[in-house]
Amino acid sequence: MNRTHLRSLCLGAAFAVGTGFSASAFEIEPVVSPGGIEAWLVEDHSVPLTSISFAFRGGSAADPAGQEGLAEFVAGLLNEGAGALDSQAFQNRIADLSIDLEFSAGRDEFRGSIRMLTENAGEAVDLLHLALTEPRFDEDAVERIRGQLLTILATNATDPGDIASRTWRETAFPDHPYGRPPEGTPETIAPLGADDFRSFVARNFARDNLVVGVVGDIDAATLGPILDRLFGDLPATADLPAIPETAPEGAGRVLVVERPIPQSVVIYGGPAIKRDDPDFYIAAVLLEAVGGGFGSRLTESVREDRGLAYSVGASLSTYEHAGLVLGQAGTRNERVAEMIALINEAFADVAANGLTDEEIADARSYIVGSYPLRMTSSMSTAGALISIQLAGLPIDYIERRAELFDAVTSEDVKRVAARLLDPANMLYVVVGTPVGVDGEIQAN
Amino acid sequence: MRRVLSALLTAAFAVAVLMPASSPRAAVFEPTVFTLDNGLQVVVVENHRAPVVTHMVWYRVGSADELPGKSGIAHFLEHLMFRGTDAYAPGEFSQIVSRLGGEENAFTMQDATAYFQSVAVEHLDTVMALEADRMVNLHLSDPVVLAERDVIIEERHQRVDNDPGSRLNEMMRASLYLHHPYGTPIIGWEHEMSALTPDDAWTFYDRWYAPNNAILVVSGDVTPDQIRAMAEKHYGPIPSGDVPERVRLEEPNQTAPRRVVLASADVEQPSWSRLYLAPSYHAGATEHAYALQVLAEIIGEDSTSRLYRDLVIDRKIAAFAGAGYSPSTFDLGIFSFYVVPMPDADMTTIEAAIDASIADLLDTGVTDAEVAQAIHRLQASAIKARDSLSGPAQLFGRALTIGQTIEDVEVWPEKIGAVTAEAVMAAAREVLVLDRSVTGLLLTKPAS
Repeated sequence: MNRTHLRSLCLGAAFAVGTGFSASAFEIEPVVSPGGIEAWLVEDHSVPLTSISFAFRGGSAADPAGQEGLAEFVAGLLNEGAGALDSQAFQNRIADLSIDLEFSAGRDEFRGSIRMLTENAGEAVDLLHLALTEPRFDEDAVERIRGQLLTILATNATDPGDIASRTWRETAFPDHPYGRPPEGTPETIAPLGADDFRSFVARNFARDNLVVGVVGDIDAATLGPILDRLFGDLPATADLPAIPETAPEGAGRVLVVERPIPQSVVIYGGPAIKRDDPDFYIAAVLLEAVGGGFGSRLTESVREDRGLAYSVGASLSTYEHAGLVLGQAGTRNERVAEMIALINEAFADVAANGLTDEEIADARSYIVGSYPLRMTSSMSTAGALISIQLAGLPIDYIERRAELFDAVTSEDVKRVAARLLDPANMLYVVVGTPVGVDGEIQAN
Repeated sequence: MRRVLSALLTAAFAVAVLMPASSPRAAVFEPTVFTLDNGLQVVVVENHRAPVVTHMVWYRVGSADELPGKSGIAHFLEHLMFRGTDAYAPGEFSQIVSRLGGEENAFTMQDATAYFQSVAVEHLDTVMALEADRMVNLHLSDPVVLAERDVIIEERHQRVDNDPGSRLNEMMRASLYLHHPYGTPIIGWEHEMSALTPDDAWTFYDRWYAPNNAILVVSGDVTPDQIRAMAEKHYGPIPSGDVPERVRLEEPNQTAPRRVVLASADVEQPSWSRLYLAPSYHAGATEHAYALQVLAEIIGEDSTSRLYRDLVIDRKIAAFAGAGYSPSTFDLGIFSFYVVPMPDADMTTIEAAIDASIADLLDTGVTDAEVAQAIHRLQASAIKARDSLSGPAQLFGRALTIGQTIEDVEVWPEKIGAVTAEAVMAAAREVLVLDRSVTGLLLTKPAS
């Protein structure tokens, strides 16, 4: 059924924040280390392990022009050796101590997380500290990871969904970092070397762009010195480029990338609002009702009534410097024109008439009620603590979240729908061999 | 980089699989187990970290139980289970769960079909009532069934036909299993899917969906007493059914290696893989099932394993290399190898290197130290398995649908701990036999 897939599209990681968790379920404690590092902590001693999640604002949008892929390259290299430990020595310690250590580059932030058994916490923290402050970037490891990134690029190059996303992004943001490939290109990845990676670490890993969330078998007194150990010797301030505010271009265009596949893959979207917009809660309810899972307008019309698609949806995508409505769908080439018409019809109807009270209530109760389910492991809960902080929300946000969504009225929804769901604002990209779609043919 | 890898080599083995296809990393969960008078087996795993619960119903039927000519019917029925009962309209089930702030889904495997909801604990009674209702009161109307049939065909296009790597994988599995139904894709062959009828769905439902062919697993902030009362109330009144024995064709003795090559202009990144027929917990030389997990850990589980060290780090001909094994199938399973070559490496070199690596393993064996390290890592994963709400429910559901017991899951760390270097090598010699394998090549081809 893959409803989770639909849901994850509509409530993507960027705003998986807020909850209906009753305050009694858990308490978030603000912790400030002796050295002044701040973190949010949820104590949970039911399993003898702890997850620490952290993020540095910046991300791949801050990759210098011509060095696209730099942030992701560094993410791939940070567990490839640090301090006196080369790649194999480092990874053997990680595996032998049952540590889960991950780094990833998002568009607007660089994330890391570690999950460690309580009995191994001391050495686990030392290893993470080494990775952040003394990564080796040995030539051998750099070439290995470069090869891996190149094979991933080659795989993505022929993936219909990836082609569609890439084409949409480049068309919507022709002159903005958001239009550049976060994963880079073979040309931008080829010349990157140890000096570039060291420079990235020096510019991006600092105390003033850091947020930290901790969940598990640990208390505030124990956590304080660990925070200092991990982050205390990072520079005070990051050196990041100013990224301008932007909005997607391409309203009303339909682009076709021809590929010999039976199912056309469609990505569509237009300008919306950012996370800090007062209308955010209204827009989130709106998009859940229109483009969420079963019961949403798009799924009912395209999938359930007509059997056109396995997966169809749209969601609110909030970046640090832009807000988007972004959707996807896929159907056989012969019926893709019909499907696009149905999506536009659904958008136009809601833009003109809003939603029913029942639809609003249903979307709201799903958004509010399902939030605790995102916090059933230490890793996912620590990740949620990070997302809330990155969004600039207060520590009591989880308690207040339900009332923020409950305040959404049908008048609000109608007003915001008129602004966000005008089909004339949408840029469509179709990858496949669509029949009857009047679009501009693009080279791939 | 390992996470990226799975995206790179999407296997598409199972349809809507929400769990890894391997590694039942069990811990001591101390579940409570009982059986209702109608034969419904109930497993309760207490987890009081948050006031939430995962409710799953597993049926002991999957795609390998389909009749010839009806491929895809198990998965099609899974979709239709969301399309209404006598009491609820199509889609209403999902709407109610969503309104409660719940998440829900279902998945079809070769040996099992499972339905689940995660909700705040106060809503458990409601979702249990709904799940019990569709165990026995499914309502199928022709227009709804026919629209859903188009949906599963689009699902097939999306998962398989649009992706050369998935198409190759489908062909490799069809070649590996010469006779056994595991060679048929879970999603089905398109020509048979498009001929499936409401009657086919009804027959399959009627034959296999009954409390005595199901397992209820509840994991979360509940007590066994609560669940016993709730299960009696909702599932208790459903009469048991006359469920047939599972009859599966047996693989013949395989006497020649097979090779499948897919070259396409739609491929830019080549890859190499090989599947060996392997025993599982339930079929074949089952005594090797634990040793094979240790073997997979030693040679292919991560970037410290033998294959990665050999092909990626030392010889620098591969970007990724590894091996995997899942013991959790009712019949013979698979021990697999994969390699993603570096951009300038050729496939002949790759294949020669991995063959040499396998020959070296069979020749010189594994050391006691390697075995001890692998056991340590596998056992530690058992603690982490408790850091999850739905993970334990999936473990028990899967185990019980392939003929394992609760006890088997609970003693998994001990069984892994008892594996010796000799046992690993005996298992390797049993499984790594070319005559029982398929080698697959995904290659680029210049556009014509």
